[in-house]
Amino acid sequence: MIINHPILGPRDAQEFVYLGDANLINRPDGLTASPQEMHDYVYLRTNPAGEHRELWYHEQGDRSWLVVTRNTVTHEITKVELARDVARQMGRSK
Amino acid sequence: MRYSGFRVIAEALTGHKGWKPVWRDPQPQAEYDYVIIGGGGHGLATAYYLAKEFKQARIAVLEKGYLGGGNVGRNTTIIRSNYLLDGNEPFYEFSLKLWEGLEQDFNYNAMVSQRGIMNLIHTDAQRDAFTRRGNGMILNGADAELLSRDQVRAMYPFLNFDNARFPIKGALTQKRGGTVRHDAVAWGYARGADSRGVDLIQQCEVTGLRIENGRIQGVETTRGFIGAKKVGVAVAGSSSKVMAHAGMRLPIESHVLQAFVSEGLKPLIDGVMTFGAGHFYVSQSDKGGLVFGGDIDGYNSYAQRGNLPVIEDVAEGGMALMPMIGRARLLRTWGGIMDMSMDGSPIIDKTHIEGLYFNGGWCYGGFKATPASGWCFAHLLAKDEPHKTATAYRFDRFMKGLMIDEKGQGATPNLH
Ligand SMILES: Cc1cc2nc3c(=O)[nH]c(=O)nc-3n(C[C@H](O)[C@H](O)[C@H](O)COP(=O)(O)OP(=O)(O)OC[C@H]3O[C@@H](n4cnc5c(N)ncnc54)[C@H](O)[C@@H]3O)c2cc1C
Repeated sequence: MIINHPILGPRDAQEFVYLGDANLINRPDGLTASPQEMHDYVYLRTNPAGEHRELWYHEQGDRSWLVVTRNTVTHEITKVELARDVARQMGRSK
Repeated sequence: MRYSGFRVIAEALTGHKGWKPVWRDPQPQAEYDYVIIGGGGHGLATAYYLAKEFKQARIAVLEKGYLGGGNVGRNTTIIRSNYLLDGNEPFYEFSLKLWEGLEQDFNYNAMVSQRGIMNLIHTDAQRDAFTRRGNGMILNGADAELLSRDQVRAMYPFLNFDNARFPIKGALTQKRGGTVRHDAVAWGYARGADSRGVDLIQQCEVTGLRIENGRIQGVETTRGFIGAKKVGVAVAGSSSKVMAHAGMRLPIESHVLQAFVSEGLKPLIDGVMTFGAGHFYVSQSDKGGLVFGGDIDGYNSYAQRGNLPVIEDVAEGGMALMPMIGRARLLRTWGGIMDMSMDGSPIIDKTHIEGLYFNGGWCYGGFKATPASGWCFAHLLAKDEPHKTATAYRFDRFMKGLMIDEKGQGATPNLH
């Protein structure tokens, strides 16, 4: 698989480390979240067959986190964003 | 129809005209007491033990494709009970004991071959860890033995003992481990279930779960609605898809695992060998092909095929362990979809919906579990309480901090 890095251009997926569902960006606040919320965040996944937004880390490159939109049935990648930009769009400071 | 040596001879002398189809191809009934979703190893074993050991009831297995077309027919056929943790080891040892009596029990040749499994040791730390694991196994009634470097060398002189990075220092072995003809397991359980009245319904995909007032009513399928008092889900890599029909999100991700077979070679490896440090394991089939594999591809996937980098990685592992493998040609590779759980261990449990039960999260190791998984799931379905070897396989273990994490990796399914 080739991941079209927004800054570095097309890179082999082998350069990256995979983390999983991009919703992991939205970690609940550890002090205010209920145990149930924290459990759901850490352990439960939607795990869809089809379009999946997921986190990849460019370990052997510029060390950026990316949000990759990929089809889990065909492995086709349709969108690649910097995780930083995605987080900021959601109102986060970084 | 019972199979026996006498029967084979009698048929040979009479032109093989007496053999009959091994199972029926029934139409779905309007309602059953138990509907099992998934005609893989676990679903078929569940139906078999439910019919045989627990209850005389109306039972159906619904399979979207053909029986045994999923992971049960795609795995590398290894059976073993070499786990460390209390939540796991009694269950896997129960499974190994069931394997030992399986062929007599269901009157079918599944080619259960206890040719032994050997996990190679490369460092002192690994020897300590494997010694501890071996002791854990023995405490739970399984067999385990530590082999010295010389003992390993006597068995497999061709291994690369002096690899600069992973020199071989010994091995942990379980002689009762081995391999089983995987398709025959599906067929044997299917035949055994069918002959006890279970309806095996193929080409029947479950597309919805009908739930009213918190109770299961039945399943929507591509062959219409089928009513059921109890529904057991055993769909391996499709677990999240099916349970989403009940509005549930699971502690599971689906990942692809690949396997490989070489051309047929003369007898070379008589047992199963794992080279964990190099992400490679191998055995030799009765036809002579080297059957081997390594890691999962590592990203969520529902495609029953993997990608080239893992093929390269596995080939490198093979070359590091036994350099002469480079002369063998690869005949086939394929992939299957794994239900990778958050702690690497399975779930056999009720759900919050009355009458809906779940069996999944088997990761890349559910084939060896097939008999015990079927037995324990049947136990749960019939008696509404877990079998004594499966009490730890609960959904709420993540909430309660009672994870069964053999590898100590945490909630990272692609690393288990
Ligand atoms: C390459 C590879 C190597 C492996 N090696 C080993 C090994 O050496 N040892 C070991 O112990 N384990 C191994 N495993 C793991 C093992 O194969 C699985 O854990 C186990 O087979 C899963 O249980 P099952 O047999 O019930 O799954 P499956 O055979 O996959 O059965 C699930 C069935 O459910 C059906 N289904 C799915 N959705 C629906 C629906 N909506 N409606 C109706 N039916 C549905 C599917 O078609 C499928 O037939 C390996 C797996 C792979 C892929």
